[in-house]
Amino acid sequence: MKPVLEVRELVKQYPGVRAVDGVSFTIEPGVCFGLLGPNGAGKTTTVEMMEGVTEPTSGDVLYCGEPLGPRFRAEAGIQFQKTALQEFLTVRETLQLFRRLYPRGRDVDDLIRVCALEQVANRDNRKLSGGQLQRLLLAIALANDPQALFLDEPTTGLDPQARHNFWDLIRSIKAERRTVLLTTHYMEEAYFLCDVVAIMDQGRIIAEGPPSRLLKEHFEDVVLELPREDFRGDPADFPLPVLAANDRVEISTPDVERALRALLDRGVPLRHLRIRPRNLEDLFLELTGRELRT
Amino acid sequence: MNLRRLLAVWHARNLEFLRDRSTLVFNFLFPLALVVAFAVIFGGDAQSLFKIGVVAPPGASLDARLHPFLGTRHVDFYDVDAAGIDEAIRKVERHQADLLLDLRFSPRYWINEDSPKGYLAEKLLLETAGDPAARQPVTGAEVGYVDWLLPGVLGMNMMFSCLFGVGYVVVRYRKTGFLRRLSATPVTAAEFGAAQILSRLILTISVTSLIYAALALFVPFRNEGNVLLLLLIAVAGAMSMIAFGFVLAARFASEELANGVINLASWPMMLLSGVWFSLEGAPAWLQQSARALPLTQMLDAARAVMLDGAGLQAVLPQIGWLALMTVLFLGIAATGFRWRAD
Repeated sequence: MKPVLEVRELVKQYPGVRAVDGVSFTIEPGVCFGLLGPNGAGKTTTVEMMEGVTEPTSGDVLYCGEPLGPRFRAEAGIQFQKTALQEFLTVRETLQLFRRLYPRGRDVDDLIRVCALEQVANRDNRKLSGGQLQRLLLAIALANDPQALFLDEPTTGLDPQARHNFWDLIRSIKAERRTVLLTTHYMEEAYFLCDVVAIMDQGRIIAEGPPSRLLKEHFEDVVLELPREDFRGDPADFPLPVLAANDRVEISTPDVERALRALLDRGVPLRHLRIRPRNLEDLFLELTGRELRT
Repeated sequence: MNLRRLLAVWHARNLEFLRDRSTLVFNFLFPLALVVAFAVIFGGDAQSLFKIGVVAPPGASLDARLHPFLGTRHVDFYDVDAAGIDEAIRKVERHQADLLLDLRFSPRYWINEDSPKGYLAEKLLLETAGDPAARQPVTGAEVGYVDWLLPGVLGMNMMFSCLFGVGYVVVRYRKTGFLRRLSATPVTAAEFGAAQILSRLILTISVTSLIYAALALFVPFRNEGNVLLLLLIAVAGAMSMIAFGFVLAARFASEELANGVINLASWPMMLLSGVWFSLEGAPAWLQQSARALPLTQMLDAARAVMLDGAGLQAVLPQIGWLALMTVLFLGIAATGFRWRAD
C-alpha cells in the first residue's frame, strides 16, 4: 500500500534563514504521525508545504504517490494553527459554508455531535471560548470526511481540561483509522496520541520512530525525584549521579533497587519519592542539549 | 483609565505607523493629490457672469475683431466646434449655456425664451455694434442642479459600496488568514471572486434601486428615459467598479494600506467624474483623462438617459467601455491575486 503522505528532501529558504533543511519522511495509512519540536523548529513551515499553502524552495510532497493537486484539496482536512473565520456567522453556518466547499463529506449535524459543539451550534463564532473555537476548527477540518487530517498545534493556548477533552476527540477520530499529521510542542500530547513521532530542531529531523521505541533506544534508566529538603547530605557523596533542579533532586539510574537502598541507608524519607520513566522531553534534551520550550 | 498603559499603546502605535512605509507615503501623497486636483479644477480666472458658446469661422480667434460682442467683459465665451452645434443648442435648451452665437456665415444666435440669463445675454448682444444677428428662439425647462446631481450622488454611493465593499473586505480576509483557510479547500480564486462580485452587485443594485424609488416618491426629479436602461447602466457600472475594487485588493494584506489605496482611487473619481459639478471649463487633458474612469462613463450614460431621454444605442459606447474595463480589471486581478498575507 502506498504511503498517504511522503516528503522528500523538503527545503524552505527564507532570506537569511533556512526554515526547513532537507526533511524526508513517509506517513502510512491509518497512522497518527507527530511532528515535534520547539517553537521555530520548522514544524509549521514543513506542514504548510505539505498542505500546499506554502511553496517549497526544493523537494517533493506526494499524496498517495502523486504531487498535490485537486484530489488532495478535496480529500485533506486541515486545521491551521491560526485562522480567522468569516464574521457574523454562527457555528452551524460556518460548518455549512465549509461543508458546501467540498463535493462529499460529513453531515453538519454529525460534525457538531462529533466535535461536541451542540451547546454552541447557534452561537456567533466570534463568541466561542478557546476550546470551543479549536473544536470548531477541527469540525471544519473534518467537514470533507478527510483521508488525511492535518492538525497544526491544535491545543496551544488551551487550559488543561480543554486540552484533555481535545485529546479524547482526536483519539475517537484515530479510532476511525484516519491518517493524522499532528504538530505539537507538548511532548505529553505526542506521547499520548502519536503512533510515530519525528523530532525537529533547526529545520531538520533529529530522531524518528514510535515514541516507546525511541525512548528505549536512547534511555535505559529511570528518574527518581525527591523534594530537595528531603535529600540529606552532600550530593557529591552519593554513589549515583544526582542532579539538583529547582526545588527537587533527580537521580537517574537503571538500577532502582540500588538507588532505593542508598537512599534508605542515608535515612532519606521516601514519602514524596516519585519514580518516572524517561519521556520525550528528556529525549529532546538528550539530543539537543537544550530546554524544549524556549 | 491607566495613563501609563494608554501611553505605551500610543507609542507602539506610533512606531507601527512610522515603520509602515507604504501607508506613511500614502498619507503624504493623498492630501497633496487633493490640493493639486482642486487647483486644476478651480484655478484660473474668476467665474464669469454669462456662459456663451461661439461657433467661429475656421482659424478665427474669439475676440472683438471677429465680432464686437466678443469684447464684452465678465462673459465666458467658449469655442464650439461646428460639428458640436446640436449639442450646444441642447445646452441652451437646458439652460446650461445662456446663448449660442454662430459667426460662420451671416450671424445668428440661439436663445432660450424661458431663461432669465438668456434674456439678459441677448440684451447685451443687441446693445453691441456689429452685424445684426438672426434670432433662433428655443424653449426648454431648466435642468435643475438636483436633476443633474442625483445620478452623480447615486453613482458615488455605488462607487464607494463597490470599491470598499469588495476591496476592503478581501484585504481583511487575507489579513486574518480566512483566505488562506479557503485556499486549502477546493475553492478556486475565480470562484471566490465571482461569489464576491455577485454578492456585491446584487447588494449595490438593490440599495441603489431602493434609494431611486424613495427619491422618486419624495423629490420630484427629471427622468426622460427608460428605467430599465438605467438599470442596465447601473449593472455595467457596478461590475466595472467591483472589478476595480478587486484590482486594488488583489495583493495587499494591510487594511490601513488598502483603505488608503481605495481612497486614492475613489477621490479622483469623486472629483473628476462629474459627481458634484461638470468639468466643462477644465483643461481638455483633464476632461479626457476623466473619461477613462468608470464612474465618468456610468454618469455620462445615466445623465444622457435621465436628462435627454437617450436610448440604448446612444449609450452603447459607454456601456461597451464599462464592459471592457470590467474584463480588463478582472484579468489584472486574477493574475495578481494572492491568498496569503506573506
